[in-house]
Amino acid sequence: MKETGFSHSQITRLYSHFHSLDKGENGALSREDFQRIPELAINPLGDRIINAFFPEGEDQVNFRGFMRTLAHFRPVEDNEKNKDPTSGEPLNSRANKLLFAFRLYDLDRDDKISRDELLQVLRMMVGVNISDEQLGSIADRTIQEADTNGDMSISFSEFTKVLEKVDVEQKMSIRFLH
Amino acid sequence: MRGLSLLLFITVAGEATTDLFVTVASLPPELEVSAAPAGTSPVTARHIPGPGEYGHPGIALARSEEEPAVPSTEDGESSHPHGGGGGGYEIVQWEWSYVKTPYIIASWLLVASVAKILFHCSQRFTTAVPESCMLILLGLVLGAVVLIASKKQTYQLDPGLFFLFLLPTIVGDAGYFMPARLFFDNLGAILMYAVVGTLWNAFCTGFCLYGVKMAGGIDEKVNAGLMDFLLFGALISAVDPVAVIAVFEEVHVNETLFIIVFGESLLNDAVTVVLYKVYISFVEAGPGNVYTADYFKGIASFLIVSIGGTLVGLIFAVILAFVTRFTKTVRIIEPLFIFLLVYLAYLTAELFSLSAILSMTFCGIGCNKYVEANISQKSRTTVKYTMKTLASIAETIIFIFLGISAVDKSKWAWDTGLVVSTLIFILVFRAVGVAGQTWFLNWFRLVPLEKIDQVVMSYGGLRGAVAFALVVLLDKEHVKAKDYFVATTIVVVFFTVMFQGLTIKPLVKWLKVPRSTNRKPTINEEIHERAFDHILTAVEDIAGLNGYHHWRDKWEQFDKNYLSKLLLRKSVYHKSELWEAYQKINIRDAISVIDQGGNVLTSARLSLPSMASRTSFPEFTNVTNYLRENGSGVCLDLQVIDTVPGAKIEEELETHHVLAENLYKPRRQYQSHYSRHFMTVGEKERQDREVFQRNMHNRLESFKSTRYKRHKKDRSQKKHKGSDAKEQDTSDKPRRNVSWQDRDPVVVPMAPEEDIHDPSEPDKDEDVGITFVARKAPETPKERPKSVPAALDACQSPVAAPPSPTCGEKNLPWKYGMGSLPPCVSVEANKIIPIDLQQAWNQSISSLESLASPPEPQHPRVSALSRLGGPVRTSANGKSGGGVGAGSGSNIGSPSSGQFKFPTAKEEEEEGALSQQQQELQALMSSLTPPPATQSAGKRRNPCVYLRSLVTVPPSGGEPQSRRPTQL
Repeated sequence: MKETGFSHSQITRLYSHFHSLDKGENGALSREDFQRIPELAINPLGDRIINAFFPEGEDQVNFRGFMRTLAHFRPVEDNEKNKDPTSGEPLNSRANKLLFAFRLYDLDRDDKISRDELLQVLRMMVGVNISDEQLGSIADRTIQEADTNGDMSISFSEFTKVLEKVDVEQKMSIRFLH
Repeated sequence: MRGLSLLLFITVAGEATTDLFVTVASLPPELEVSAAPAGTSPVTARHIPGPGEYGHPGIALARSEEEPAVPSTEDGESSHPHGGGGGGYEIVQWEWSYVKTPYIIASWLLVASVAKILFHCSQRFTTAVPESCMLILLGLVLGAVVLIASKKQTYQLDPGLFFLFLLPTIVGDAGYFMPARLFFDNLGAILMYAVVGTLWNAFCTGFCLYGVKMAGGIDEKVNAGLMDFLLFGALISAVDPVAVIAVFEEVHVNETLFIIVFGESLLNDAVTVVLYKVYISFVEAGPGNVYTADYFKGIASFLIVSIGGTLVGLIFAVILAFVTRFTKTVRIIEPLFIFLLVYLAYLTAELFSLSAILSMTFCGIGCNKYVEANISQKSRTTVKYTMKTLASIAETIIFIFLGISAVDKSKWAWDTGLVVSTLIFILVFRAVGVAGQTWFLNWFRLVPLEKIDQVVMSYGGLRGAVAFALVVLLDKEHVKAKDYFVATTIVVVFFTVMFQGLTIKPLVKWLKVPRSTNRKPTINEEIHERAFDHILTAVEDIAGLNGYHHWRDKWEQFDKNYLSKLLLRKSVYHKSELWEAYQKINIRDAISVIDQGGNVLTSARLSLPSMASRTSFPEFTNVTNYLRENGSGVCLDLQVIDTVPGAKIEEELETHHVLAENLYKPRRQYQSHYSRHFMTVGEKERQDREVFQRNMHNRLESFKSTRYKRHKKDRSQKKHKGSDAKEQDTSDKPRRNVSWQDRDPVVVPMAPEEDIHDPSEPDKDEDVGITFVARKAPETPKERPKSVPAALDACQSPVAAPPSPTCGEKNLPWKYGMGSLPPCVSVEANKIIPIDLQQAWNQSISSLESLASPPEPQHPRVSALSRLGGPVRTSANGKSGGGVGAGSGSNIGSPSSGQFKFPTAKEEEEEGALSQQQQELQALMSSLTPPPATQSAGKRRNPCVYLRSLVTVPPSGGEPQSRRPTQL
């Protein structure tokens, strides 16, 4: 569990929560387990986020995978900033946080957010009161703004570049209880 | 300076605004209405033990002494009418007592505003010295002047005025434009510092001062016990919102740091109010009569004051939001609702002696989202500007009055021990308190506050006018050491505002505190950050944590389902925030592109061949300015509404199509608007337009003729002798036009028509223009002496006619102003013809007159054209310009006669003929008036068609009569 960086008490706490979610009692969570969380039902991006917990092609996630995903949202701590870079990038690094968000858009996993993919996410987030043309123009604008190589889609590097001024470390972090 | 001192004297003579009730009483009943708003200040007596106690005991006496003196100072103005009037009915009466109060208030506002202008004259100076420092210094100087002039200090920061009028404007602005998300993200830290920090400071300072007093560090004369020192500690320990805003807005630290210090300064009001009141009651009751129950009452009172204040604010926020839902038909008073209800929130809280600052702050924060969505764009701008203006002026007045109040020696007594130990204690305890609380907070904070943040927070704990007003309110009967406390407070305020305010900027630079980036989010950031929020909420839910995001999401759901439904208009409610953000960003980009390339824009604008586009330019500039304010709702800056955000160049390119959409629409709208005006406009405007049309047409014609300019010129001169005079003068005129235009570096790209038609032509013209300029320069000295007398009688006297063109020309802005063509033409926004057009027009005039395109004296049109130049001259000469172009001529602003460099725009080969022609022109000008009318009547017949022809049809050649609509 070293890779997640969680403290022992945090792991214990999360493990008990993991068990309470695990209605099948089989040590792994299914999509249904996640969908049972009431708040997720009203989260516009809920399904996408649930998907993010599952490795490609699988429909079960064990505790290790669960923790690995959650570790993306661990805040960056001071002692981690000046850690020696040889140990590999921690899961809660800026790049990994961004990658997590990027994957939410990138449905077909081709490392590009196409206009359609962006439109889908936008549609989820804006509700029905906005017309397709409006949404389309937003998407066009978004892609134009981010797209530097002219392929009319947003690659991960472009995604990172667009958000380089954003305090991702803060805005993609959750304070886990100690 | 004399004017200033005179003003001061007048205001001194009128005494302070606090004795308004005297005025009200002495006013006739019908005047009471006008005096009533200002007259409410005596009502402020909630704070005030009694008007005489701190105020102006000898008011009536002072009035009777000083009033007779006033007319004598004004003798220069008032003696005339008095002499003329004789006895009985006086033509002009001295009505000082009638206008006194508003007059004094207006004078003070004026002094404060002018002071601001002066401070901002030097950019380098203002970046080093905070404005608040300068204002206090100015206050000190003014106070000294007043003191010397009247031997007694009539002005000081009146607590009633401060708490009821000055403070609300600042707090209202701060609350309404508070970045809500940022505020609530850091609410925990803010509350911690505001409550715990202030309590800590208050108690520690109070107890330690008492300890110093016991140890003999403070003079025996300072007659104060433990309660007095605790009271003093309470009022001196609160960080002051006014000072914090004034200083921090110039420092630009990062937003988190700013919001924590700023939020603390607002929210600690409840603590201060309660502590202050509790101690006052304790002091008044005497130390022996305080029971344990009273301490618990104090705690209960704190809860009631703070929570009650917040609730009052929120209730008013809901009312306000609800009211603005229905103001669609009365857009014009929308802003008024906002001001009134926010202010009422403040007053209501005061009414129940709750925390008024809390109330107003939360009212502002709470209503902002709904109100901004409900009201119209114009109202938003109005609210924004009015609030900023009021807050800015209130801040200015507060600091000036702080300075003035300090001069009054009678109000305070000095004790070095007290002053020094207070200064040390507040600095030390602030630092210790911040360090301790931050250590505690960092256990819980996602982003811990760094060491340098803590240093800035400690150092930014500025004291200000609130402390001063509170200490002035003390009752000397009970607080024996009031004078000492006043002196100490003044020193503390001055030290924190001036010394710390002065040094905090270098400190921030030295510590490399992350600065705020004045940058607006891009659409990507808007979208992705929204997505981040959703992700975090979901992850918190999955991880089973009821954390901050969980609750925020809950609140947002509630807001969406109930509050917004209740408080937002239906049309607004169904709009998506994302779409709004998108539109905002679009507009902002368009504006930033425009703003960045002022000159580029001008040229680009001129390159648009549509005349309507040009005429709409001033209007459009206004629109852009107006829209620019749109996106900066989060900006807490009091004065500067953001400077242009530096958008990336690539972004500019990418948004080009967006720009196109945004730019074209208003133009089209304006065109219709414009043409609607077209039929009904007044004489001046119509003439301006005609001139402009003619000028445009000339330009177009010139493109055809430029290539054969020389030939034409020769030909024209022949023709001048021959029959076809019309053609010759048209062909001459445009040619000059072009060369003048091209002479100017800025304007060169502005002549796109040339580029379109024949790229080689402009070069040629430019050469001509340049050589022409070079040649003219040496002639200048010769011409100058002549031109001065000529300016006087040029119009009438044919003898002086030759230099007369110079008189006309020297008024032309392109002479000196064109090289620095203002990127923004809005100076002339009230005119129909924007500056560039006017210049073009002037060019045509100049070419007419100076080149003396040999005119046919008999031809009415020539005289009409020359008349166009006439008014320019006449306006400069101080004669009534009844000519055609009078409006624009005066609009140019007549410069002095010595400034022109090109006395006559004569061409060397024409010089011989010129003087005679000028004489003819002059003669015509003085005699002929009707021709222009006939001509203009012909011209204005079909402007739209004319416009279109200008736009689309390539110049149809030097057809002389083509200026007439029939030929178009």
